[in-house]
Amino acid sequence: MTSARDDLFANLRRSLSVTGTERIRVAEVEERLAEAPLGVIPARGQLDAAGRLALFKAMAEAASATVTEVESPEAVPQAVAAYLRDHNLPATLRMGSDPRLAAMPWRDTSLEIASGRSDGHDLNAISHAFGAVAETGTLVMTSGADNPTTLNFLPDNHIVVLSAADVGGDLESVWPKLRKALGKGAMPRALNMVTGPSRSADIEQTLFLGAHGPRSLHIVLVKDAASAG
Amino acid sequence: MSAVSTSPQFKRNAHEALRDANLQQALGMVRLGFIDKRQAVVDKLPEFDALRDSAREIKNHTLAHLDLYLERYEKKVQEAGGQVHFARDAEEARGLILEICRKAGAKTVTKGKSMISEEIGLNAHLEANGVTPVETDLGEYIIQLRNEGPSHIIAPAVHLTKAQIESDFRRVHTHLDPTRDLSEPRSLLTEARGVLRQKFLAADVGITGANFLIAETGTSIIVTNEGNGDLTQTLPKVHIVLASIEKMVPTLEDVSQILRVLARSATGQEMSVYTTFSTGPRRAGDPDGPEQYHVVILDNGRSNMLGGEFQDMLRCIRCGACMNHCPVYHAVGGHAYGWVYPGPMGAVLTPTLIGVDKAGHLPNASTFCGRCESVCPMKIPLPKMMRHWREREFERHLMPAPMRYGLGLWAFFARRPALYRLTTRAAMWSLSKLGRSKGRFKSLPFAGGWTKYRDFPAPQGDTFQAQWAKRKRAA
Ligand code: SF4
Repeated sequence: MTSARDDLFANLRRSLSVTGTERIRVAEVEERLAEAPLGVIPARGQLDAAGRLALFKAMAEAASATVTEVESPEAVPQAVAAYLRDHNLPATLRMGSDPRLAAMPWRDTSLEIASGRSDGHDLNAISHAFGAVAETGTLVMTSGADNPTTLNFLPDNHIVVLSAADVGGDLESVWPKLRKALGKGAMPRALNMVTGPSRSADIEQTLFLGAHGPRSLHIVLVKDAASAG
Repeated sequence: MSAVSTSPQFKRNAHEALRDANLQQALGMVRLGFIDKRQAVVDKLPEFDALRDSAREIKNHTLAHLDLYLERYEKKVQEAGGQVHFARDAEEARGLILEICRKAGAKTVTKGKSMISEEIGLNAHLEANGVTPVETDLGEYIIQLRNEGPSHIIAPAVHLTKAQIESDFRRVHTHLDPTRDLSEPRSLLTEARGVLRQKFLAADVGITGANFLIAETGTSIIVTNEGNGDLTQTLPKVHIVLASIEKMVPTLEDVSQILRVLARSATGQEMSVYTTFSTGPRRAGDPDGPEQYHVVILDNGRSNMLGGEFQDMLRCIRCGACMNHCPVYHAVGGHAYGWVYPGPMGAVLTPTLIGVDKAGHLPNASTFCGRCESVCPMKIPLPKMMRHWREREFERHLMPAPMRYGLGLWAFFARRPALYRLTTRAAMWSLSKLGRSKGRFKSLPFAGGWTKYRDFPAPQGDTFQAQWAKRKRAA
C-alpha cells in the first residue's frame, strides 16, 4: 500500500506532467527561496525616518490604536502610568523578561508589576515590539520569554513599547531585519503582526472593538532609541 | 464523504431564500457593507492593481512548482519540531485529526475559522467520536449554535439579523440572567467573549486553518480580526493546522504581496488586525505556545485541478470579494448554493470538489455580469470557468434542455423584475467601469456582458422571448 503522502505527490506530479527531478524546476525553486525577490513595494511607505514615524502613527490611529510619543526609554513608565490613570484602569501591569523593559525605571511609578505569561486574569500587559510597519500602522511582535505571546491576546488592554528606530516603511522591511536577528529561513515560534485592537463585524456587518483579543491597544513610541544603549 | 450538500436543489433553495424575510433583510447589509469599504481602501493604494498582478504571478509560479515547494515546506516544519501529515481526501483528514485529538486525550477542542474544516465536515466527525468542537470565531460560533453551515466564507453568519442572534444566545446561554439586555450588537459581542474565554482556557487541542503556508520557513499564517484564532492556537497543549495544498507560497516576501490584496479585498481593511506567523511548537525557554504543532495538508481533489482548465481556481485566497459583488449572491445568500463555498468561487469550486452530478447547476447561478472577475484580487477568470463547466455539462447532457443553453437560472432570475433590474444594473455598473478604463463600451452594456460568453444575442425583455421562441423552433 502506498502512503497518502506518496500518493498525493504522485498525483500532483502526474497533473503537472513532471517527475520532480527536472533540473530547471529545482533550480528555479532554489533560486526563488534563496533570493526571495521583492515584488511591488507601495510608494506610500518610502519616506525618511520622520515621515515613516508620522505615517506609522496616522495608520495605527486609523486602526483604532492610540499612540503616545516619549523622548527616551526612561520616560516610558511614567507615560504608561499616566495612560492607565487617564483611562481609569487599575495600576497593574504584566510583562515578560524583555531586557529593554526591565531596564526602565518602573520603581518611579506606583504600578504593581507582575511578570511572565498571562493566564487570562490580567487587565493590563506591556510588551516590547520587534519592529513595526509604517505602511499600515502594524506592530511586529515575536514570541519568547521576553515577550510572551499570551500578553498580546489575553489582557483587556495591551500596551506596546516601540523604538522609533525599528519602524520600517513597508511590510517587506521586516524580513531582512528578522533574518539578521535569527538567520536565513528561521522564524520565531510565533510572529504576530498586530494592527489595532481586536474587533468583529460578524453581527449585521457592524464593527465593534474588543472581540476576543484586547479591547484597547496603546503604543508608546520611544523616539530616542540610542539612549536605550 | 465531505460536508453534506444540497447543491442539486439550488433552484428550490433559491426560491426559499427569496421568500425568507430575515435573510433578505440581512443580505441588504451585505450589499451595503462590503462594496464601498473595499473600494475606498483600494482607491487609497495606487499600486493595488500591480499588486494583484504580482500576487497572481506568485501563485502561478507556486502552483507550477507545487510538489517542490510542498517538500521544502514539510522539511522546514520538521526542522522546527512540527509534524506534517498528508491527507488525500476528507475522510483521511478527519481520521488524522481525530487520532491526534485522541492521543492528546482531548475532550474539548477550540477552533479558529477554517473553511477546510467545513469542507471535510470535521465538527460532526469529532462530535460523533466524543470530542466536543467549539467554534470561536463569533460568526462561526453563532452558526454552530444554530447547527447551520456558513453562508459566506469570511462572514459566516452574514445571513442572520441581530434579533435572530439574540434569541439564539438566550436559548443557549441559560446560565446567564434571563432579563439581561441584549438589544445592542455590542452586548452580544461581550457575552460571546465571556462565554468563549472559558472555552479557550479549558481546551485540550486548538485547530486553526491557514491562509498561507510558507515554504522558505515552514510557517503557517492565519489572518483574523477577533484574536480568536490566536487564543485557539496559543493556549492548548496541541495546535493542529488544517490546510489544503494550494495555500503554499514560496517566501516571506511573496506572502507580503498577497497579504496586501487579501485584507483590502476581504473586509476593506488596510491590514487585518492579526496576521500571525506560526512555526513549530513551543521552544526551549518559551513560557507559552503549544507543545505539539501538527499540520494536516489536504488534497481532496485539488491536485486533479492542476494542469487543467480549472488550475486558475487554485489561486483563490478565499477573500470573499467575488460573492460580495455578485448580484445572484445578493439575491439568494450563501446557503442556497447548498455546500460550503458559495458565490462565484463556489460555483466554480464546488463541482470540482463534490462532483458535477451534484453541483452542476451552480455554474448557472450567474448573470455573467463579470463583477466577480473584476474584483478578484487573484484575477481568477471566474465567468470563463463557469462557462467551462456549462460546456462540460452540455456535452454530458446532464441538464434539461433550457439548462443546456445555460438559461434555466437566468430565466429564473429574469422572471423576477426586481432581481432582473438588480442584475442588469450590476452589469451596467461593472461594464461602465471596464468601458471607461479600457475604452470598449460599444455595445449595450448588459448585452456586452452576456454575448461575451454566449453564442446568441442578449436576451432583453420581449425581444428575448421572441428570440428564445425562434431558437426553440430552430433547435
Ligand atoms: S475567487 Fe477571487 S474574489 Fe473570490 S474568494 Fe477567491 S480570491 Fe477572492
